[in-house]
Amino acid sequence: MNIIVCIKQVPNTTNVQIDHETGRLKREGVESIINPFDEYAIEEGVRLKERTGGKCIVVTMGPPQAESALREAISRGVDEAVLVSDRAFGGADTLATSYALSSAIKQLGDYSVILCGKQATDGDTAQVGPGIAEMLNIPHIAYVKKIEDINDKSMKVERMMEDGYDLIESPAPCLLTVVKEINNPRVPSLKGKMAAKKAVIKTFNAPSINADEKRIGLNGSPTQVMKIFTPPQRTGGEKFSGDAQQQAAALVKKMSDIGII
Amino acid sequence: MANQILVSAEKCVGCKICVGACNFGAITMQERPEHPKKQPIAVIDLNKCVFCGACVDACKFKAIEMKKDAPREGVDKSKYRGVWVYAEQRHGEISSVVYELLNEGARLAKQLEVPLSAVLIGSDIKAKAQDLIERGADKVYIFDDPVFIEFQDDPYASILTRLIEQEKPEIILMGATNIGRSFASRVAARIQTGLTADCTSLDVDLQNRNLLQTRPAFGGNIMATILTPNHRPQMATVRHKVFKEAKVEKGRKGEVIENKVDVSTLVNRTKFLGFIKDSSAHVNLADADIIVSGGRGLGKAEGFKLIEEFAELLGGAVGSSRAAVDSDWIPYSHQVGQTGRTVAPKVYIACGISGQIQHMVGMGSSDTIIAINKDATCPMMQTATYALEGDLYEIIPRIISEIKKSRCAV
Repeated sequence: MNIIVCIKQVPNTTNVQIDHETGRLKREGVESIINPFDEYAIEEGVRLKERTGGKCIVVTMGPPQAESALREAISRGVDEAVLVSDRAFGGADTLATSYALSSAIKQLGDYSVILCGKQATDGDTAQVGPGIAEMLNIPHIAYVKKIEDINDKSMKVERMMEDGYDLIESPAPCLLTVVKEINNPRVPSLKGKMAAKKAVIKTFNAPSINADEKRIGLNGSPTQVMKIFTPPQRTGGEKFSGDAQQQAAALVKKMSDIGII
Repeated sequence: MANQILVSAEKCVGCKICVGACNFGAITMQERPEHPKKQPIAVIDLNKCVFCGACVDACKFKAIEMKKDAPREGVDKSKYRGVWVYAEQRHGEISSVVYELLNEGARLAKQLEVPLSAVLIGSDIKAKAQDLIERGADKVYIFDDPVFIEFQDDPYASILTRLIEQEKPEIILMGATNIGRSFASRVAARIQTGLTADCTSLDVDLQNRNLLQTRPAFGGNIMATILTPNHRPQMATVRHKVFKEAKVEKGRKGEVIENKVDVSTLVNRTKFLGFIKDSSAHVNLADADIIVSGGRGLGKAEGFKLIEEFAELLGGAVGSSRAAVDSDWIPYSHQVGQTGRTVAPKVYIACGISGQIQHMVGMGSSDTIIAINKDATCPMMQTATYALEGDLYEIIPRIISEIKKSRCAV
């Protein structure tokens, strides 16, 4: 049973800071990491492979530097890695990204399941996973918190909802986007790190995935960024003083003044 | 033709202003030993550039020139008219975000001088149409069939896509819920149009009838306004609680259009097997006006009993930080923050949560933040609207009894 995992390299938001003078993100010294949700997708892919046999292939679209994210995925147990990279892909929105990744996946042969993190922490859209599924004409299930059962014909998964979870069955192949609860990612092993160093990363450019140039990059993106601005900063408010009783009483008065209670 | 952006070798003085202006890290400086003053030059990485023009505006020397393509081939926009709200229901109940969208949708529809329609998909759901009309919908499209009793992406996406192709609305608003975000993506991909996720503010440009969709990015550190200039419909998912609910206008009249569903023509590959309700109470964070959250500062799992009592008293939901979930004090479904849920309640009460950035991005847009913490210097206490310093086990019981007292007095 072959498994495909789609990942994205994102800036580490732990370090993202705003330059309050210019109102811009400070980029200097911000490292790139694997999107945190994708770590769960990688781990789940590797676990499925260990359980059922087959291959686990990781795919990313991005600039050449994204190769380091792929090597890290290999160090965590993934077998093969594919980098989808071409200047023509630059500026892609979620639709153009879904198209490029789905076109790349079509080059990878048979698979039973595609795993994605539920969303990326830079864009927070959660749109690329379902978009890929649509373009591959396969079903998808989003917000998966557990795979109860899976084989090369079908799978049964738990889908997290606001009020509990749904149990859904799907034929294979199916695309799943996963949430944090699904597993605890392992740390890279020494063997994995060695493999990551030696691994040959397959690279696809636009012609090699037969991409229609009208559907990639900025040209294939119906949405456009009109402007970017910094939200007004929240400044600290009122600090209460006194003992526990005094502070509690002051807060309750405030809460009733502003109509919370 | 691709978009072009060029840095003039003559005009660039190597001042680096553009490097700081770029939100996408696309500009670096390159040494220029051949330059008479040895000034470096800005180099733009086209893999990263999205042609937003921020650097062009920032450059004081007019050294950056951008040429954007003429509008791409899109659709005939004049054929698309009307504003739609997807009337999400779960277990037969309309989600409250729908009423918020009807309020905002009515405002946009009025500006565009078009009707506001709601699309209702479910089973045994007809009775809800009047609710939607009384909340401002001029028209309600209904698909009522047992196949829609539980949400599955395939049949819902099929039917909505079909209706869009038939009726051609210009704007479709959906809640940024698990359901909305999952199948809106599928619908947008099928009809090849733009979808903007998780919007927090909307407006229209009447000149070209474009929807101005503003949303947070990079965990709320920056805001971006997004357009879908050449494609229709313009689709957006919208966060809970950013708009007020539309008021009920009893007896309001509207048109109800019931559509027959030929189930055999629907794609329906998955099978719904069951729903298991979250047994822990007060978990619906998206709907809550008040969220009381506990973190590492609780020190033990039992601490959540106090948090629950506090939340119960306020009619709120219980949230938590990642630290509390990782310590197994409370299930993941309660986690607020980057790897949990993003919430924006009217009041967020953070008890024993220091406020690491990953937590702050998940709740930073709450209207009022109340922090209770031993450490007055932690980020949460520094950003809170009201900060209470001290032992939460001493403060919270006193708040609870004060609230009870104040209620008795009334």
